[in-house]
Amino acid sequence: MTALDTDIREGVDRETVETVQAMGGKYKYGWETEIEMDYAPKGVNRDIVRLISKKNDEPEWMTEWRLAAFDRWEQMEEPDWAMVDYPSIDYQDQYYYASPKSMAEKPKSLDDVDPKLLETYNKLGIPLKEQMLLAGVEGAETYDPNKRKVAVDAVFDSVSVGTTFQDELKKAGVIFCSISEAVKEHPELVKKYLGSVVPQSDNYFATLNSAVFSDGSFVYVPPGVRCPMELSTYFRINAENTGQFERTLIIADKGSYVSYLEGCTAPMRDTHQLHAAVVELVLLDDAEIKYSTVQNWYPGDEDGNGGIYNFVTKRADCRGDRSKVMWTQVETGSAITWKYPSCILRGDDSQGEFYSIAIANNMQQADTGTKMVHLGKNTKSRIVSKGISAGRAQNTYRGLVSMHPKAKNSRNYTQCDSLLIGGDCGAHTVPYIEVKNNSSRVEHEATTSKVDDDQLFYCRSRGMDEEEAVALVVNGFCKEVLQALPMEFAMEAQQLVAISLEGSVG
Amino acid sequence: MGLPAAKQSMTEDRLNVLSIPMGGAWSDEARQSAKARVEAMGLPHRRDEYWKFTDPVRFVTPDPTPAKVFGAEEVPLFAENDTYRVVFVDGIFDAEKSDSSVLEHVEIERLSECMKADIHWVRDFYGVLETDGQSPVERPLAALNTAYATDGICIRVTGKAPKPISVEYLHENESSDAILHHVIRLEEGAELTVLESGPAAARFNKCMEVDVADGAAFHHVRAQGRDHERQTATHIFARLGKESVFKSFTMTMNGVLTRNEVVISFTGDDAVAHVAGACMGDGDFHHDDTVFVTHDALRCESRQVFKKVLRNGAKGVFQGKILVKKDAQKTDGYQISQSLLLDDDSQFLAKPELEIYADDVVCSHGSTSGAIDETGLFYLRSRGIPEGPATDLMVIAFLAEAIDEIADPDLAEEVSERLQAWLSRRRNG
Repeated sequence: MTALDTDIREGVDRETVETVQAMGGKYKYGWETEIEMDYAPKGVNRDIVRLISKKNDEPEWMTEWRLAAFDRWEQMEEPDWAMVDYPSIDYQDQYYYASPKSMAEKPKSLDDVDPKLLETYNKLGIPLKEQMLLAGVEGAETYDPNKRKVAVDAVFDSVSVGTTFQDELKKAGVIFCSISEAVKEHPELVKKYLGSVVPQSDNYFATLNSAVFSDGSFVYVPPGVRCPMELSTYFRINAENTGQFERTLIIADKGSYVSYLEGCTAPMRDTHQLHAAVVELVLLDDAEIKYSTVQNWYPGDEDGNGGIYNFVTKRADCRGDRSKVMWTQVETGSAITWKYPSCILRGDDSQGEFYSIAIANNMQQADTGTKMVHLGKNTKSRIVSKGISAGRAQNTYRGLVSMHPKAKNSRNYTQCDSLLIGGDCGAHTVPYIEVKNNSSRVEHEATTSKVDDDQLFYCRSRGMDEEEAVALVVNGFCKEVLQALPMEFAMEAQQLVAISLEGSVG
Repeated sequence: MGLPAAKQSMTEDRLNVLSIPMGGAWSDEARQSAKARVEAMGLPHRRDEYWKFTDPVRFVTPDPTPAKVFGAEEVPLFAENDTYRVVFVDGIFDAEKSDSSVLEHVEIERLSECMKADIHWVRDFYGVLETDGQSPVERPLAALNTAYATDGICIRVTGKAPKPISVEYLHENESSDAILHHVIRLEEGAELTVLESGPAAARFNKCMEVDVADGAAFHHVRAQGRDHERQTATHIFARLGKESVFKSFTMTMNGVLTRNEVVISFTGDDAVAHVAGACMGDGDFHHDDTVFVTHDALRCESRQVFKKVLRNGAKGVFQGKILVKKDAQKTDGYQISQSLLLDDDSQFLAKPELEIYADDVVCSHGSTSGAIDETGLFYLRSRGIPEGPATDLMVIAFLAEAIDEIADPDLAEEVSERLQAWLSRRRNG
């Protein structure tokens, strides 16, 4: 069940293979947990929506909200504008709800959680216990970066398994729990903000999510509070033929700050699995959210069998003046990525930043980018996107920068660079620029090139083999983005960059 | 799959008022197949992705929106140059105003004449480049043009043309609706400069197919006339052979609605294509440059340079694309689109795209938008230049990169003078 048994192929020396094996094979999270699951019947309809709502023990208003979204979804058509090509998805041929049987009764504390589940997260490098830990980084036990703490909400298929450090966070006034819990415990906040950034009818996948989302994370940081630790959610798809639809809602009240990390993995299977998430961020005056993602869903094998279809809607609404949001993403996984984390810069002087590395290897297809919608005065945005294509992959940057007439004195700077490794892949750039006032400045730059021969030659003349050299050059190419990541993610991301490109040279 | 009902009826309404002009067997066939293309695609609509920034409604109504004739006192552009003149008035060929002498290495004929001949070189090109240019993006207005063009000129060049051919489009009738289609073929090693000027008609749909054979060079400079209310949709389809050169520059001042599409396809290695444009708009002005360059050969170079100066609510649009196919290694693609917004009501909308399937390429694009540089303005003013002329200087400097794309320095100078004159006229009311 592990992916450790990589064959030593020609042209790859032993050391590379060892390095790769040390890191757990090409896709080191490809194993599955054997656990008894509780499924909702296959397919989606009003009854399934009701069932999911009932499973989560939701109040009537929430059920109605979901049903309204479902009715809307039935009227909608799947979008086809992205540069991704995949066989049509049979939405009735998969499960919309899967929960470990042991979770039928919610465990009261982490000690009551099924040990198998805890073991799963241990194996993923995310021990669900309250200790100084680093999300997903090897050797975390020995590393002590000023005793940084990370609180984790662990989502397993359709349910949240547990959330660490809840008590300590509570003392600071921070609410960090699963969204299903928030619906019950903090209905006033959920009612006020859920769907206020990504409306139920926003787009096909977001609407589907609104109807069938099963769990996800909820964060509320009260005014003036700097969240005492990093928060993180780890999503794990385990069950077969099951879609994961999580919903994350983060509210940063006036003058607050939170850094949020998101990680995800799934077992290796030769069928595709659907993942359609919605993330909503709300920022009031002077608030700041740093949202970092390392997306490492199973990308499928070299011939494009299996892999996750990742259709994600992420949006931040900078409602307050001087608020600031920063999206950082490292997209290495998924067979299909369709994802555009966006910023609505509504408040005056608000800022949005987007840093992205998207790596597509083998048969992967990524269509990702961002939207920066400038509505308020003196708003600023910055986009740095690095796309890397290898194998037979297609990688597209798609973005929008819009300066509305009232967004006086606003600034945008966009840089999209694409790197091609090998002659069978593609790199594309599709930016939209709309400027509707003259006091704003918009600058957009994009380049596409191959890995520089001189740089490769230099590395190789210093004794590196070709793959190492490429990985080093690529890491250099990505540096601007890697630097924007929280330290623990940056380390993982660097390794991921090398791993994702394994086999792309020669 | 049929068209949506609204699109279908809009297309039918437009086609119903048109009739295919008489011609020979081959032209009938070419026109009928173009008509079938239009019917299959349907005419463009604002909701089409390719028309996202420009509402094509005035191009597709059965009758054109009338446009006042602009009485300019100035000498028309290129009128004083030594050129071979071809004149169309509201889309109708004017033999009296046109030259009829013989030009060495050049065959010039009217399209309507060519179409009567059973065997004619034009047959191999008419609608052929246009058809190739319909994929991957549909251009129904060009297919409409192929089906219904009433006339045009066909030029075949076998050597270096002794002087430029200047096509002038005069506008006299306020409700004219002209459709012209030119076919230009440069044989191996030939050279030709084509100048175009004038507003042409109240509504003008023009298509130009240019086939540049190996080692040939085609230069094109165009000024789109000052009649403000005219509506113009143009297409240039160019196919470039080995080591050939294609350079096109367009100057646009005024115009409520202009859409210039240029579709370039590299089929031979080591060719060069430059497309540039400078436009200045004031008030009710909408100008759209849409360029699609396909690299399908080795070591070709393409450049797109578009500059727009906009004020009083003028709108500038740029949609540019570089498509590099899998085997087009060593491609050098460059694209820049910039706008200078002189006030807060003007808009710049851009979609600069790259689609690349070859790994050994250098492609880049840049796009910027903003107000005039205050520091530069301050510097000029501190040297005693009043604000108005200082602003003009800054504008001309901004446009210079596009004007520099005109190979002939005299023509570049002439264009630059026109732009300056336009600026000072605007400044003085």
